[in-house]
Amino acid sequence: MIEALSYEFVQNALIAGILVSIASGIIGSLIVVNRMVFLAGGIAHTSYGGIGMAIYFGLPIFLGASVFAVLSAFIIAFITLNHRHRMDTFIGLMWAVGMALGVVLVDLTSGYNVDLMSYLFGSILAVSHEDLYYMGGLLALILFIMTFWYRDILAVSYDSEYASLRGINVRFFYTLILVLSALTVVVAIKVVGLILVIALLTIPVYIAEKLSNTLYMMMILSGIFSSVFTLIGLIVSYMYDISSGASIILISALSLFCFLLSKSVFIRSRV
Amino acid sequence: MPIIEIKNLSFAYERQTILENINLTVNERDFLAIVGPNGGGKSTLLKLILGINPIQSGIIKTFGEKPKKNLSKIGYVPQNTNVNIDFPIKVIEVVLMGHIGTKRPLFGYAKEEIMCAMGALGQVGMEEFAQKKIGELSGGQRQRVMIARALCAHPKILILDEPTASIDIDGQKRIYELLKALNKSITIIVVSHDISVVLAYANKVAHVNKRLIYHDLSKQDKIRLDKSDHFCEIELFDMLKGEDR
Repeated sequence: MIEALSYEFVQNALIAGILVSIASGIIGSLIVVNRMVFLAGGIAHTSYGGIGMAIYFGLPIFLGASVFAVLSAFIIAFITLNHRHRMDTFIGLMWAVGMALGVVLVDLTSGYNVDLMSYLFGSILAVSHEDLYYMGGLLALILFIMTFWYRDILAVSYDSEYASLRGINVRFFYTLILVLSALTVVVAIKVVGLILVIALLTIPVYIAEKLSNTLYMMMILSGIFSSVFTLIGLIVSYMYDISSGASIILISALSLFCFLLSKSVFIRSRV
Repeated sequence: MPIIEIKNLSFAYERQTILENINLTVNERDFLAIVGPNGGGKSTLLKLILGINPIQSGIIKTFGEKPKKNLSKIGYVPQNTNVNIDFPIKVIEVVLMGHIGTKRPLFGYAKEEIMCAMGALGQVGMEEFAQKKIGELSGGQRQRVMIARALCAHPKILILDEPTASIDIDGQKRIYELLKALNKSITIIVVSHDISVVLAYANKVAHVNKRLIYHDLSKQDKIRLDKSDHFCEIELFDMLKGEDR
């Protein structure tokens, strides 16, 4: 186990796991309190179109996926702000079309024997140095925005109508939350894959929500839980030689189950 | 000078007329109750005064200017405070949202802001709950926190949309007593369909059902309404609708 730490790809995986966990803890909290889980799912799957496009044109994968994800975040923000009642239809549509576009573009790429599974279920052991810079940069951006605009984001998330009466630009911050979600989803795809990304953005966050009095506490706890689950998941996947993304999610789900069980036992013992 | 002036106001959603030719004047330290059936346009009227909905035809002036210019002088307590109860936020943070300060720190909250928010919580008798999670409060307590949030900006007018919906009788009474005390210095506008309670506290009543019918209770025999035993809601409604017709 210890000798594994001397491999560079293992070190990279651990660093990536922690960076992405903290980012997804913060953004996952925003996604959950704003009830945007379905929206984030839509963005994740739409971004597969960007992965396909990047492969077809020979561009960096992160770049292609990010551009596509951010574009879909803008479209989703526009739809939810202007045509809320048709939101689920449009997001479902983007969800499927993005995936289909990705599959077709990969098919059309001559001689590219793509490992589709690595995008669906993550490939944290293949994280490169460039990937780490990208993840670190994104986390720095998220921390910067949260530090200086926390109050506005809190107000928009809790009561957007009141926030707009207080002169806060609700449309801007709502779109900003979705764009940050899109960028976070893209890096989280590298860790757990686009099918499992929603679990990473919600399971640790759900536990944190129950234990927090404030939004920032929820973000911090989510980041910690997420990091712990990711590290344990990686160790388990190494020991039993199983997929890392899936084992991270199963560890998270198991922890959630234990949390709910202990909570109900605790409540019953108090009565 | 009237602090709210509405002239010939009409409003429609798509092709359906919600408000038609509304005229209303609110003076300083009025306690105005806006009553009327659900879907009669009460909330729409509020949203027009608050500048949330755009004005389609007619004139609204608050403090002699366009509504958007004087938002900071109006405290607003929205309808239904039971949404988002799971949200991880402390009472004090909710109140701080209402604060409008010139000096805003780079991050976090300034001491002056926290003092102001605690003062507002004191006014509604909720100081001791400042560090509690909003979801742990009862509906009536939560409503008082929302009033504190509105008071935090030191408004000249306080507008409340159905403040006592889904609150028990005790809680309702406390809220109306609180409003009565606040009315000594602030103009109060309450939207409610619970007219029997409202009539005991308001001095002006506007009945809104597409059109608006105005009653100045201070000039009429308010006592008759209050003390002549008992009117059921329907009878009261008929009285309010019936006059001026």
